[in-house]
Amino acid sequence: MQQIIYFFLRNKNFLLFLFLFTISIGLTLQTHSYHSNRFLNSANFFSGGIYSIQSGITGYFDLKKHNTNLVEENKRLRSQIESMKAVAPGAIIDTSAYYSDYIFRNARVIHNSYAKTKNQLTINRGRNDSLKIDMGVITSNGIVGKITHVSSNYASVQSVLNIKSQTNAKLKSTNHFGTLKWDTQNPSIVKLEDIPRLAPVALGDTVVTGGSSTIFPEGVLVGFVKQFVLNEGDDYYDLSVELFNDMTNLSHVYIIENKEKEEIKTLEVEVEDAEQ
Amino acid sequence: MQNSDSIRNGIRFALLILLQVLLCNQINFLGYINPFIYPLFILVYPLTGNKALLIFLSFLLGLTIDIFGDSGGIHAAACVFIAWIRPIALKYSFGVSYEYNTIDIAKANISRQITYIATMVLFHHLILFSLEIFSVAHILLILKYTLFTSIFSGIMIHGSILLFSRTAQ
Repeated sequence: MQQIIYFFLRNKNFLLFLFLFTISIGLTLQTHSYHSNRFLNSANFFSGGIYSIQSGITGYFDLKKHNTNLVEENKRLRSQIESMKAVAPGAIIDTSAYYSDYIFRNARVIHNSYAKTKNQLTINRGRNDSLKIDMGVITSNGIVGKITHVSSNYASVQSVLNIKSQTNAKLKSTNHFGTLKWDTQNPSIVKLEDIPRLAPVALGDTVVTGGSSTIFPEGVLVGFVKQFVLNEGDDYYDLSVELFNDMTNLSHVYIIENKEKEEIKTLEVEVEDAEQ
Repeated sequence: MQNSDSIRNGIRFALLILLQVLLCNQINFLGYINPFIYPLFILVYPLTGNKALLIFLSFLLGLTIDIFGDSGGIHAAACVFIAWIRPIALKYSFGVSYEYNTIDIAKANISRQITYIATMVLFHHLILFSLEIFSVAHILLILKYTLFTSIFSGIMIHGSILLFSRTAQ
């Protein structure tokens, strides 16, 4: 017995090291699994608070550029409204007809990372603003990512520049579907995989989100085809897509809630259960 | 003396976290190089201080950086590791007698300083990037990140040690 106690006393530093090291590795492994419920993330009162103070100061530096972006978007939306009026002149606008499956909310990015392999953003809206996990995040230029953690006032967003990120996307012109992934090389380029070889791909083709995900509505802008390779004997293209968004400089974002999501998920689970 | 040491350590702990999170994590030099200055806390922790306490404080330090960076436990693991090998690194760089003569790191021989800082920083970064990338297939990427980031972190840490050493007594 005494021997055991002596052993512990002699090696107490090593045992403490081993214990804490194991906890750290455990926390790390949690982040590598796809559907993790981490409890340690930057969407908490402490780090969220510090980030929002910081962004309160640095937010002024890019005001000019962000204002130009917002004005550009307003201009585009206004011209869309005018063109709709031209189609149906004088029609009485019945707002109940504008039923949409999606609710849009706005938020501001208070912390952004793009130099790591698993990039995350923090935004200044949370559970108190009805945000939930797995809602999509976009800007006026294109997709940003999806919400992975929420606290009462902040939310953590998994950027498309994250090796865990997989987004359903398609070619706008031909509707061929593929999966959007990131290869960590460049924060403005993502890869679109699984586009079949019979799809007519051309440089500069627009890529938009596909309709088979419950996170993003169909047709949200992603980017354009910058380069494509079709290896001999391959059935699928290897596409490099340049994002419309400047992921290194994000400020105002929109959060998309899909009102039908619960129903779709329930149905999918029922079908899966029935097949088993 | 004991008390002023703890206060100084506490202030250093908080300042280094803020410096790392608000400044160093935003540099993105050449697109991916962000120097890590917070291991300075572990490097300049009093040489005769409690080793178990250092290991525990390093864990807290790393975990705080992890919470800010959404990175799970990679910084905590790297910090705990270098806190544990610190006595070995000190013995290797400054000789066996470091525990008895109170050596001032900033006043020691320059090659000894560099050995000590380089060993600690390289081990820290190697563990950090191995855990972050976590793939044997990307071993070259891990080594590239480790090497280039270590150079910048090493320069920053060495600079801070020289700058803040108490030369005027």
